Amino acid sequence: MHSLTDIEVQALTLRAEDIRESIIKMLLEAGSGHTAGSLGMTDIFTALYFRVVRHNPRHPEWVERDRVILSNGHIAPVLYATMAHAGYFSVSELKTLRRFGTRLQGHPHRGTLPGIETSSGPLGCGLSQAIGMALMDRLEGHKPDRYFYCCMGDGEINEGQVWESFLLLNKYKLNKVISIIDRNTIQIDGYTEDVLPLESLKDKLESFNFHVIEIDGHDFKDIVRAIGTAKSSLDKPTVIIAHTIPGKGVTQFEGDYRWHGKSPNEQEAKEALKELRTFRGKVKFGEL
Amino acid sequence: MILRKTVFTPQQEEKPTREGFGEGLMIAGEKNERVVALCADLTESVKMDGFRAKFHDRFFETGITEQAMSGVASGMASMGYIPFMASYAMFSPGRNWEQIRTTIAYNNVPVKIVGAHAGISVGPDGATHQAIEDVAIMRMIPTMEVFVPCDAIEARVITEYVATTKSPSYIRLTREKTPLLLPDSYVWNHGRGYVMYLAQHKHGGEFTHKVAIIGCGPILYEAIKAAMELEKEGIGVTVINMPQVKPLDVGYLLRVAHEVRAIVTVEEHQVTGGLGSAVAEYLSEQYPLRVGRVGVNDRFGQSGKVSELYEEYGLTSKHIAQKVRETLH
Repeated sequence: MHSLTDIEVQALTLRAEDIRESIIKMLLEAGSGHTAGSLGMTDIFTALYFRVVRHNPRHPEWVERDRVILSNGHIAPVLYATMAHAGYFSVSELKTLRRFGTRLQGHPHRGTLPGIETSSGPLGCGLSQAIGMALMDRLEGHKPDRYFYCCMGDGEINEGQVWESFLLLNKYKLNKVISIIDRNTIQIDGYTEDVLPLESLKDKLESFNFHVIEIDGHDFKDIVRAIGTAKSSLDKPTVIIAHTIPGKGVTQFEGDYRWHGKSPNEQEAKEALKELRTFRGKVKFGEL
Repeated sequence: MILRKTVFTPQQEEKPTREGFGEGLMIAGEKNERVVALCADLTESVKMDGFRAKFHDRFFETGITEQAMSGVASGMASMGYIPFMASYAMFSPGRNWEQIRTTIAYNNVPVKIVGAHAGISVGPDGATHQAIEDVAIMRMIPTMEVFVPCDAIEARVITEYVATTKSPSYIRLTREKTPLLLPDSYVWNHGRGYVMYLAQHKHGGEFTHKVAIIGCGPILYEAIKAAMELEKEGIGVTVINMPQVKPLDVGYLLRVAHEVRAIVTVEEHQVTGGLGSAVAEYLSEQYPLRVGRVGVNDRFGQSGKVSELYEEYGLTSKHIAQKVRETLH
């Protein structure tokens, strides 16, 4: 994978802003849901679905696809919005989020919406599933060449099951598992270092013998480069600590843990959309 | 009527149900190379050692990580495999219930959960290791099928069967050797209930009462002994095995209910939530009649020999017979 050109970065940036707009709109429509994490992970999901991951939105069950496992299911809005923009289903369906009868359940459900690899919401479960998938992939001799991306939250790492999974990941040295930790430093009750300190996270992960890369989770070049490096690691699993800003893209949401589990009201959404559409006032509204 | 000829004879044979599971897993592994196995540091105890030796690359030792093991198994199943994951029932499904619910049952993937050393018959290990709530917590989960084999033969046959189904399944196993109750020729009949013992008209004339004992697991041996005892008193008892607690063979249950005055359920489990509950729930809506339930009455177990514990917790043939008499009056 070659590094991104400036034009490619620009295209991904525009794409990410579209996805952020969809997230704001769908959360407003739903009246509940998780804003901060969804916006914070938008650039990474954009990079995954529009650059990195081998997948086919027309054939979600394609066996040769890479698997994207969303472990912290509460940021489902970013997964749904990215999938819709990638062509899995119509963008207009996004407004059904959390409604009765929807395929876009409040937390993802495998089986309801094609392309969802697993049900998640209760935290800490994703990495172990990525391990199970990668073990079977190894049993099949890594044919076809598939990768298993596990996206998880930093608060989620409080869960004991994650540490059980780290032990297993080290035991089996599954280099095809690429974990991406959303290091946005917030969880429901406050900042992660106040609720249950994780630092030094990098040291902890390195002590498990993982290949650990720290990145700016909003820098497309950084994201794509890290995944490229992860793929070239043949002996160790890679864990990417992605430093992100919760609520990224909207000044009033950024860095405020109270937006973890809250959705915007009409006025807040209007302001957020205006800010997104104008790239924070850099371009005039209506030019895009 | 299905009952092994040697039961209650000097030739009676004994074997733990977990051993039948181990044999079944070997057969399933032979038949289908997509059958894989996981264990949380109890491989010999849960009788996966044969599979480990023969299919080394398809066996995964997860260490004592029941929660992660559930996720790993779910991931394997979503790649098109049939994982059997085993531990003691107290730890799996005891400790990892939510993981089983969300990542296995809600995902609706064919993970086969094997809970060994269930029931109070684990004996000396005491209450911490005596799972007597496992059937209840598994039965409540949508898509989950629940099996309680009565002997090693049924455990083998059920294991072979679940390896062919697409549902998540739970199989409950026990530690101690218990009598073989079924003939070698026994075949799985899609979870249907069946008669294991039918009271004989030895003393001439009709029985004063007709009763069905419906049970699951090795405790059916005690149930049959109780039926023999009651027969002498003129109480005609049919002993029925319901090896599949969920989905329950309600058609058969309803037919049985029409023919008897009362039903007594028997299981080595809390009286709440298990087979007895399933039977009572169904009949109270469809065909109300007296149902008595034998099981552990809202208590924790304790250390002791199996015989001492069966006596203390009211699970012997004597207690079952008494429950039948009470239920009739």
